[in-house]
Amino acid sequence: MTEAYEALRMRAAERWDALHAKPWIRVGTGLMGEAAGAPEVLAALREAVARSGADAAISEVGTRGLCYAEPLVDVFVPGGPRALYGNAAPEQAAVIVERHVRGGEAVAELALASVDCDVAGVPRLEDLPMMRRQVRVALRNAGEIDPGDLDQYVARGGFAGLNRALSELGRERTLEEVKNSGLRGRGGAAFSTGMKWSFLAGNPAPEKYILCNCEEGDPGAFNDKTVLETDPFTLIEGCVIAGYATGASNGIVFIRHGHDAPIDRTRAAIAACYENGLLGSGVLGSNFSFEMDVSLVGESYVAGEETALMEAIEGKRSMPRFRPPFPAAYGVWGKPSNINNIKTLSYAPEIVRRGAEWFKEIGTEKSSGTAIACLSGDIRRPGLVEVPFGVTVRQIVEELGGGDPEGKGLKFLQTGGPLGGVLPAEQFDMTLDFDEMAGAGAMFGSGGLIVCNEERSVVDLTRTLLAFDQMESCGKCFPCRLGMSHLLEILERIADGTGRDGDMELMERVGLNMRGGSLCGHGQLGYNPVASAVRFFGGEFRARLEGGEAPPIGSFVGPKATRRGAQMSGGTPTASVKVDFVSRMEPAAAAAGGAR
Amino acid sequence: MSGGESWGAAHPAAGAAMSGGESRGGAAHPAAGAAPSGAELRERARRAIAEQPGKTVTVLSSLLAAQDELHYLPFEAIEEAAMSAGASVNEAWGVASFYPNFRFTPPARHSVEVCWGPTCHVLGAQPILQGLARHLGLDGEGDTEDGSVSLKFNTCLGVCPHAPAMSFDHQLAGRMSLDAAVSRLERVRSGEQGA
Repeated sequence: MTEAYEALRMRAAERWDALHAKPWIRVGTGLMGEAAGAPEVLAALREAVARSGADAAISEVGTRGLCYAEPLVDVFVPGGPRALYGNAAPEQAAVIVERHVRGGEAVAELALASVDCDVAGVPRLEDLPMMRRQVRVALRNAGEIDPGDLDQYVARGGFAGLNRALSELGRERTLEEVKNSGLRGRGGAAFSTGMKWSFLAGNPAPEKYILCNCEEGDPGAFNDKTVLETDPFTLIEGCVIAGYATGASNGIVFIRHGHDAPIDRTRAAIAACYENGLLGSGVLGSNFSFEMDVSLVGESYVAGEETALMEAIEGKRSMPRFRPPFPAAYGVWGKPSNINNIKTLSYAPEIVRRGAEWFKEIGTEKSSGTAIACLSGDIRRPGLVEVPFGVTVRQIVEELGGGDPEGKGLKFLQTGGPLGGVLPAEQFDMTLDFDEMAGAGAMFGSGGLIVCNEERSVVDLTRTLLAFDQMESCGKCFPCRLGMSHLLEILERIADGTGRDGDMELMERVGLNMRGGSLCGHGQLGYNPVASAVRFFGGEFRARLEGGEAPPIGSFVGPKATRRGAQMSGGTPTASVKVDFVSRMEPAAAAAGGAR
Repeated sequence: MSGGESWGAAHPAAGAAMSGGESRGGAAHPAAGAAPSGAELRERARRAIAEQPGKTVTVLSSLLAAQDELHYLPFEAIEEAAMSAGASVNEAWGVASFYPNFRFTPPARHSVEVCWGPTCHVLGAQPILQGLARHLGLDGEGDTEDGSVSLKFNTCLGVCPHAPAMSFDHQLAGRMSLDAAVSRLERVRSGEQGA
């Protein structure tokens, strides 16, 4: 054990004990909490504590994933019970503070669950239906720690993995450990992480980059942002471990501009790591140095593609590059780079700390570890669940998620993001496993599961997905740029009931051209949502074309913005702006430009 | 034209070149108060670009920093962003025009975003965004005539469990209905804060 780590650990343990020496209130804020009204609850709790004169600490934590019960308030009292209050309202703040914080007794009639203790009439946290099958590895600290407090992360075992890598394993064995764990990329491609790292490790260049991808433009997926918002240190530790194992010098976390809570929390965490010798020169007193920074990108789904991501980090339009050369040879700024999804890197600390064998015990033989699924749509308990691979889709949707809120029958899941497909209810017994799902033509992707009940129209949802895909096409490859527009146009007329003979065949032809003629997955997979919907619900498309029973579809209005010149709020398309640029430089040229 | 006005409508051809025929995009909103001068905008953009938190300064990072400060990108900001990264103005404009979160006209006083991602769509985003647009006298995304509200469609606000989701002046709100959206919009517009 390095001395530097030992000092950190001692300090963290003292802080942790001090935190538990008096009442401690944790409120889930961040994106999820904010949407549920947590800021008002937090303010009411602060006021109630101040008014009661209680000596209690109040921390803002990230979401626990139990989003159906947000705002969620977690109250701990020393020597007394610890309880979670779900769907907390500002009016309940006074009674929670009076009876639980000051009185030392949980308010049983308001409590959602008890934590590490028993309270009469209240279920234990692990017995909640949504928690039952969960195994928390990447989300182990979600809702438990203040994401801005390094000591809290260290107190719960943080940086023990990095310490083991630096002081015990060394570079090669750290890489071996990750390789042997069977960890596979959680961004969608499911490639062996250890193998990917070894490509970068094999490149002798002195300046190499670890890129952490939190672009997460997938509507329906929110697990990357959740990791950053609840526990940014685990991502940082994972990134430093990746840097050490591959001999990289820099790490960049790549986040979409506008998601303030994950961005601010990640930046604060990076700053704390620099202050405590966990980043910079001589990490934990070793001779390994590593720099980290956050890079923001504008709204662009394609920026999540690895080469487009590198373009965006360099400050350009996020358009994919031709491969080869692959990133491990020629990445960001032309330097060798390795790109991992946030979730993937978040597993590394626990794998290195506990060993490859421990991780392999979880999950299935070919898909080790856990999957983080995001549940939303027609579901009683929407939120985030971390379950071992090998559970079935039905268990996730019905047991953990509770099925449709009104008990209606479920029709299908939309999985794999806007380029993914649908999974009909008949296939819900499929087990979560990268290979099994791929074999059945389903995509787990980054984990978004959008649940749709029997009243939903698959044609309607497919049109919406294509409206997204069309808008997000970066425009570099014309089969994608034009093909997406054609697919959307055809889907719009099918939805409106004005489809034509041969439309289905036309879509297929366009889709196949996109698959063969596009540089990146956006165009290659652009036909996927249509193909998958037609495969399982072809009758619904035919009913719209030829007449017949089909669920109703409402009118659709999409955004005005496209990549062909942003047209925001009243419109300032490219052409008009260029004209004005000219006018500022040379009046005569402006007149010529104005004629176009 | 002064730098404070935006440049979309500066040239007579600009309005005509716009699709959709909404030609008022370039004019500064009458309600936006006295427009800051070009020199002032330039200075604010320059400071925001110089003080951006990231270590790696690029055209994109500078444009984002300038927009965070000014809430839109006037000509001066694009020029400053280009200079900060040693790029040409054309290159900077090329980046700015690619990402739809950049805007080139001053926004209205309040921003309202409606998520139209698939989860929100399934749970009823369309009636909300169409109803809100009608309520505001718009045909979709856009700014109201009086400069009070910018309505924007967001592809995913990232809070799918709380769908249908919206944001009012960048504060998220979940489980919305059209009625709730209209009443909160009016509260925000009339100057009351938050929920």
